[in-house]
Amino acid sequence: MMKRRDFIQHSLATSAFVTLGGLSLQSFTVSSAKKHITILHTNDVHSHIDPFGANHPRNPNQGGAARRATLVSKIRKENPNTLLLDAGDIFQGTPYFNYYGGELEFKLMSMMKYDLATIGNHDFDNGIDGLYKQLPNANFEFVSANYDFKNTVMDTHVKPYKIFVKDGIKIGIFGLGVKLEGLVDKRMYKETVYHDPIEFAQDMSRVLKEEEKCDLVICLSHIGYNYKKNPERPSDLILARKTKNIDLIIGGHTHTFLPKPTIEKNIDGESVLVNQVGAYGIYVGRIDFYFDDEKNVIANGKSIIV
Amino acid sequence: MKRFIPLLALFLAFSCAKEKQDVSRIEGKRINITDSIAANEEIEAYIQPFRERIQEDMQKVLSYAPKDMHKRDGELETTIGNLMADFVKLQSEPVYKKRTGKSIDICLLNHGGIRAPIAKGPITTQTAFNVMPFENSIVVAELTAENVHALVNYLAEAKRAHPIAGLTIKLNNDFTVHEALVNGKPIEDGKTYTVVTSDYLQHGGDRMYFLQDPVTLEVLDYKIRNAMIDYFKTVDTIPAKLDGRFVKL
Repeated sequence: MMKRRDFIQHSLATSAFVTLGGLSLQSFTVSSAKKHITILHTNDVHSHIDPFGANHPRNPNQGGAARRATLVSKIRKENPNTLLLDAGDIFQGTPYFNYYGGELEFKLMSMMKYDLATIGNHDFDNGIDGLYKQLPNANFEFVSANYDFKNTVMDTHVKPYKIFVKDGIKIGIFGLGVKLEGLVDKRMYKETVYHDPIEFAQDMSRVLKEEEKCDLVICLSHIGYNYKKNPERPSDLILARKTKNIDLIIGGHTHTFLPKPTIEKNIDGESVLVNQVGAYGIYVGRIDFYFDDEKNVIANGKSIIV
Repeated sequence: MKRFIPLLALFLAFSCAKEKQDVSRIEGKRINITDSIAANEEIEAYIQPFRERIQEDMQKVLSYAPKDMHKRDGELETTIGNLMADFVKLQSEPVYKKRTGKSIDICLLNHGGIRAPIAKGPITTQTAFNVMPFENSIVVAELTAENVHALVNYLAEAKRAHPIAGLTIKLNNDFTVHEALVNGKPIEDGKTYTVVTSDYLQHGGDRMYFLQDPVTLEVLDYKIRNAMIDYFKTVDTIPAKLDGRFVKL
């Protein structure tokens, strides 16, 4: 195993650092940076299509699908090699879901050109049939490696992973779902079978890295960031530590508002980014991957700026 | 075939020249969606008819509140809590009776589950969504007398106005239980009691563990909010009363 050097830079004031990061990009990467992939992500939007009202106690004037659409298309214009992902719990939380069953959520995500999503526990809230019924409104696909839908209507509609090729860079993305028993009524998820996410992630990362030869491996997870009171429960932090070859874990479920991505060490001691942007579309996560010739990376190391 | 050769040559040359790529730098951050970002007009226009239809419904007047009702307008019982427990029991009773032949003895909800007050004046569908934004669903758990005692002790120790109906509790000055009656009668050992509550609490929410292992459990497939809307439609003016169902002597 090649030992890479990772230079991790933490910033105290994010806004100040954005400028600094921009400057450093100008100053030393023009000659070496070859390719650039941008990953944008949301999680637990929970049918929050409209922004919060001006007098909302916690998040006044924040969020809103129409604003998110503006941001996404601006970033896509800057970098066409952008993927837009969602880590589940698209449904439930406002009357839009009670009235239209997720129709508008999927239609708007399609208009924003979401590339991929995974399935959260609340996406079963109208039953697995309710989810299936909305699939024609989604122009994007769903991935889940540890839910087996074989004996349900969702069979063949959810793949374990999907591979995108952007500017010649092969990006493998697999999905993970949370344990449904005790969380979702069995009558809702029916014959959906849940498998251990860590075990399935270990296999998925091997398939994507070794068999499919992906340059980037991303996990779209709805298993939750971390459970302090129940540290053994599968979570994104455990997932990061117990696997290898995953570059980025995009999480959901616990509505964790991470001010910046967490950097964990995987089983090989390599850095893995874990990110989650709370809930309700208040934030969009943005991860930029810059590529270079392998020999330069070996020589110069890899830097992570959060 | 001839046309293919230059293409192939180009392809080969390109592949040979291509160095294997690896990640040299990662930058990660979050972007706040605020009103400084303009709304995409196409999306906004698409949402508009959906929004109008909902707003029309949300503004529909269902009933009337004779006064402001909130979850701190009493010590151990509140006007809004009594209302909630009463309508959950009332609306669930016919559904439960039809399915099981049994009646509901007690309703227990949680104080924290009341998410907004009800203002004096017209009550709309929006009111129901404000008070009960969650999708909590109604379940009926049949409990042993032992667990009903545990329920009463929980309420005495919590010292909070968790909404109840069908059950009256009098606490001593030191918050010990003076008297607990179900439908006016003392709790009998060996008997079981049916408790209507939310799926959230039955699954251990608010540490109401006495609900977790019931003798029987009936899931009504009836959301609390829908029960509220159904109830509002049947009454002209909702009751807003404290009736001494949970008091300290």
